[in-house]
Amino acid sequence: MSAPVYAHEAPTAAERVKDALAVAFVALLLGIPMIGLTTVDQGGSLVVATRWSWLAAFAAACFVGRLVLRFSLDTLTRRRTARQRAAGAKTVKIAGASRLVSTIGWVAVAFSLLLPIVFSDNRYVVDTATTVLIYVMLGWGLNVVVGLAGLLDLGHVAFYAVGAYAYALLSTQFGWGFWTALPVAALISAAFGVVLGWPSLRLRGDYLAIVTLGFGEIIRVVLNNWTSLSGGPNGVTSIPRPTFFGLAFKPPGDTPTFAGFFGLDFSPGHRIVFLYYVILVLCLLTNVFVTRLRKLPVGRAWEAVREDEIACKALGMNVTNVKLSAFVLGAMLGGVAGVFFAARQGFISPESFTFNESAIILAIVVLGGMGSQLGVVLASLVLVLLPELGRDFAEYRMLLFGTAMILIMIWRPGGILSKREPTLRHVKDGGRA
Amino acid sequence: MNGVHNILNVERLSMRFGGLAAIDDLSLDVPVGKITAVIGPNGAGKTTLFNCLTGFYKPTVGSVRLNHPQRGTLLLETLPSHQVAHKAQVVRTFQNIRLFPKMTVLENLIVAQHNALQQASFFTLAGLFALPSYRRAEAAAMEKAVNWLTRLGLIEKADTAAGDLPYGTQRRIEIARALCVDPILLCLDEPAAGLNPRESAELNELLMRLARDEGISILLIEHDMSVVMKVSDHICVLNYGRKIAEGTPQEIQNDPNVIKAYLGEEDADEELHAEVAP
Repeated sequence: MSAPVYAHEAPTAAERVKDALAVAFVALLLGIPMIGLTTVDQGGSLVVATRWSWLAAFAAACFVGRLVLRFSLDTLTRRRTARQRAAGAKTVKIAGASRLVSTIGWVAVAFSLLLPIVFSDNRYVVDTATTVLIYVMLGWGLNVVVGLAGLLDLGHVAFYAVGAYAYALLSTQFGWGFWTALPVAALISAAFGVVLGWPSLRLRGDYLAIVTLGFGEIIRVVLNNWTSLSGGPNGVTSIPRPTFFGLAFKPPGDTPTFAGFFGLDFSPGHRIVFLYYVILVLCLLTNVFVTRLRKLPVGRAWEAVREDEIACKALGMNVTNVKLSAFVLGAMLGGVAGVFFAARQGFISPESFTFNESAIILAIVVLGGMGSQLGVVLASLVLVLLPELGRDFAEYRMLLFGTAMILIMIWRPGGILSKREPTLRHVKDGGRA
Repeated sequence: MNGVHNILNVERLSMRFGGLAAIDDLSLDVPVGKITAVIGPNGAGKTTLFNCLTGFYKPTVGSVRLNHPQRGTLLLETLPSHQVAHKAQVVRTFQNIRLFPKMTVLENLIVAQHNALQQASFFTLAGLFALPSYRRAEAAAMEKAVNWLTRLGLIEKADTAAGDLPYGTQRRIEIARALCVDPILLCLDEPAAGLNPRESAELNELLMRLARDEGISILLIEHDMSVVMKVSDHICVLNYGRKIAEGTPQEIQNDPNVIKAYLGEEDADEELHAEVAP
């Protein structure tokens, strides 16, 4: 899976050049439609123009890039094997790595707590951070299903949609508040998880993936067409925003407002920051909850089912229940994210819940390293920020995005953080004291 | 043999896959607290028999009765596969080792105690809040796991991922894991496959100790005759899904049917003996 390891010596210069030439050739072929040909607007009609010089430069860049990449990868591998051989003991490294992960985790928590204060005048940053956190939440939900229990779920967006619509309808039709609707909507999502999971979790691997994919589409199609319930393609509008213990984030009026109560000048930024902290708290709670569950019998059972289902049966575990519990928990967390999404946007329509979303959430889990909590955070950052940063590159944005994903998968085939931390140890970690 | 001394009665068991009878009208009694070996050439139906006993296959015809010391007679063929281990305490290992490779050895053994722990954690509620009752159960599970790991000489490897260990060690881990389920009948599918002579001798020792000291009945599929003849109290020979002989190791070694099944018509006698010789 990892980059090829040359056991004895590095490849010769001729081999390297040949390898790089092959890559450059592929780049040339791929580059013809993508770079070599372009369309130019000439007096109202599109004309195909060629940019062969660009293409040549691109192929040359690939050639050089491949040489450099190959060489540095080889050097890295050689250095790593040498170091491993020298160190001999693996355990020291593991303890160090886990401490590093927990340090990064705490730094990330501190940073996320301070972020709205540091960027208090920058609405865009806080807003983007909120989006990242929504994906973190979705990723953690799906991480239980895919990363821990090993059930390939391609329709996670369905539960996101159920949560969002549950809150939207409960609040607009029945006047429920955010905090009362949150647990109810989460339970509704969980119920949908049971309904889908009960019959379909007997299926394995690819088959389960197809069923969940279908379920995701069914939910979207139903929402699009059941106009009397969901408003169809028009969606649900004017969904009430969450309040701060009953204090709304509004310009001063007849009802008590947040700004009025605390004697502040009204600013629309308050709500943005408040929403950010709401999702942050929800995320932190989720993290504590899931981390704890992982160290309990259910959590270990999820991982065991991922590793070998038949062995689990032979040990007397009810595999269906184990899978169902993971699936339902994932659905519930997806629902919570959905509720928050609806409350933040104030408007939802089936457009927001396409397969594309499912794919992104799954990419977050896989890219982050299956089962790793921190990995999900890092992957969400990458997947949300890359397209944002790429805005300047306009049409090359998706290309950039794809390249980044390929690079990550080459460097870290198991995901950004693929090291699995045992749930319990016989020998306690001595270095921690 | 009378029923009280048998832990398992297999009666007129048949398992057909389409036109193929993998097991054909097989009756077998497994004595309690003893080691019973099932041998036979490749494709004789040994693993199919295990799959029928442990609920992985539903036999076409026949019954499998387990005489459980506390729970009375249980019909294994009617139980769902996970209940065979949980309720009937019949636990198996696999021919191609099935560990949880990314989990540590210790975790593998703790997972084996899932049902007890899950109950102790009140289906995770008590566990979530780390109530004392759950912490006690977890400590007990740890103790049991550590005990078996120590006894099987695996304690040094407790925190290593199971998949990273050598083959022979993985075999022992699988047995240790099965023991954590508290089996009354342990079904081992080729436990000596891939072991070197020293490991194989250790396995013999272990199996005999388990039967003698722990009173665990053992049903064993094995090709390695040095193991079979040394440890078995009772041997059943299958060929083409039928039982062709049954008896003590001594009787089996001299049984003309067995020799024929294993080695064809001629010169069979010497070779079987040769394999058995220490």
